[in-house]
Amino acid sequence: MIVAQDPTLQDFGHDPWWLIIAKIVAIFVFGLVMTLLGVWFERRVVARMAVRPGLNQAGPFGLLQTLADGLKGAFKEDIMPRTADKVVFFFAPTIAVICGFTALSVIPFGPMVSIFGHKTALQVTDVPVSVLLVFACSGMAVYGIVLGGWASGSTYPLLGGLRSSAQMISYEVSMGLSIVAVFMTAGSASTSQIVAAQRSGQPISFFGLDLTAPGWYAILLIPSFLIFCIAAVGETNRAPFDLPEAESELVAGYMTEYSSLKFLLFMMSEYVAMVGMSAMVTTLFLGGWRAPAPITTFWAGANSGWWPLLWITAKIVIMLFVFVWLRATLPRMRYDTFMRLGWRVLLPINLVWILVLAAIKVLREDVDSTSRNLILAGAIVAALLAALLWPSKKKPPAPTLEELAKSRPAGSFPLPPMDLQVPPSPRARRAVAEREPANVGAAPEGEQE
Amino acid sequence: MTAADVLLLGLGAVAVGSGLLVVTTRHLVRAGLYLVVCLGAVAGLYLVLTAELVAWVQVLIYVGAVVVLLLFAVMLTRAPIGASDDLDRPGWPALLVGGGAGLGLAALLVDAFRWTKVDLPEAGTAERLGTEIFRSWVLPFEVLSVLLLAALVGAIVVSRPDIGTRE
Repeated sequence: MIVAQDPTLQDFGHDPWWLIIAKIVAIFVFGLVMTLLGVWFERRVVARMAVRPGLNQAGPFGLLQTLADGLKGAFKEDIMPRTADKVVFFFAPTIAVICGFTALSVIPFGPMVSIFGHKTALQVTDVPVSVLLVFACSGMAVYGIVLGGWASGSTYPLLGGLRSSAQMISYEVSMGLSIVAVFMTAGSASTSQIVAAQRSGQPISFFGLDLTAPGWYAILLIPSFLIFCIAAVGETNRAPFDLPEAESELVAGYMTEYSSLKFLLFMMSEYVAMVGMSAMVTTLFLGGWRAPAPITTFWAGANSGWWPLLWITAKIVIMLFVFVWLRATLPRMRYDTFMRLGWRVLLPINLVWILVLAAIKVLREDVDSTSRNLILAGAIVAALLAALLWPSKKKPPAPTLEELAKSRPAGSFPLPPMDLQVPPSPRARRAVAEREPANVGAAPEGEQE
Repeated sequence: MTAADVLLLGLGAVAVGSGLLVVTTRHLVRAGLYLVVCLGAVAGLYLVLTAELVAWVQVLIYVGAVVVLLLFAVMLTRAPIGASDDLDRPGWPALLVGGGAGLGLAALLVDAFRWTKVDLPEAGTAERLGTEIFRSWVLPFEVLSVLLLAALVGAIVVSRPDIGTRE
């Protein structure tokens, strides 16, 4: 049986220079191709869900449409608004793109392979805290959007930038907390080690029952997985959370004033960020480059050599499909409900879940079985008691109109009296007087009231 | 001079220079951008000292969140493009406090260490950092947490006049 060679952290940093450059170029090409195909994929899938044919003119299945759009966009006039802050306006899209590509560099695409005689991992590099690096990149990508919105010097882009900064900060908190659960379980913050930790399930014994816990963290840590996915959609500004570029409210949000190549760069950064987030979800929760469970049982070599590239690409495409699916299905959220979801739902659930997870970890490792059972029983009793005795929220009586009027701050606009009868306007009165009575057919005597 | 020394000196110069630009520029948003450069340079210093975790957390928290919030606040209020000439900055007291603190600390450190060679301890991994914080420094850590929590609650109370007022 061929066993996949998991890279350890010592395996990184020994590549010759040409291999490093080749890997970086490969990552760049991967991001570029995924952008081109991603746009096509999204338009085709959304069209299919909307019962339309979708792209079908340029190339087979319209595959070349994105390329054509990109080439056409590149030859458009590059408009610089007169009120713009020139330097920042110029650099904002590049910040967004660079951050997107940098995040891709620590994604593990496969195990150790041999390239021209050099044993190397299919990953540009890895550091002990590489997940934080991805996270820092997605945190810095917001600068591209905020600064692009601000530097345009007009109102809609500014509002788009404002929204995106608030949104990204809020959702980054939930996202970071769901990663904490992964760190706690995997015992490492490096992407390659997290993939290695999901290799196989851990045996657990639960009240005498011996079970094997699932290896993938998507199942083992399902609350974290779900919250991470929701936060990833919020973090990449995708529908239903695409408030920064809500076309019905803000024209195109932060990229309203952008044109030509700079606009293309913004589009590319969105898709590269999507690919990066999908790759991150795959790495952290879906077993990374490893083949899904049934495949490895009858094909032992599925995890070795270059095959993992296929698995990870398939998983990334599935995650991209989820992104597109959400966009095609869900209406855009209102801003306040969106913020409430982030701060009042995802964050508390995540905190409680991490607390529970930490408790489970301590119980499993540091406590002997009798006291463990005692503690578990105590916890269950406490939870039941809390559920029983939880004070039900008493609704405060709704304030009457008079109270509302009295509680207004000083300097408000004057209010009309509560019992004001608004007389109809002269025009309305005239219109009523001139109108034929409605019962003209029913009452031939012509009695008017 | 080793490569690490050169990097430290260069990054230090970048940090100090961009820090000066933060307080002297008249462009409000660009001041925030210079602050990003300054904090990024400090993160680079940590990286040179092989404290990877601290460096990335610095980028994550300060560059990725704190300055974004600062910019958010600026844009929520005025978001001026171009120079703002109506900024009033008490320059001399700030110079006195900032320069005094910087020079004083520098003098103190120079006097304390002179030319003693300090061997770099093992790399600042997450494990070692966690052990240090939660074994030796747990009390200051907790006190800081409580302080931050108090500041948070205080900010909410101050910004919401409808809390705690009586009719």
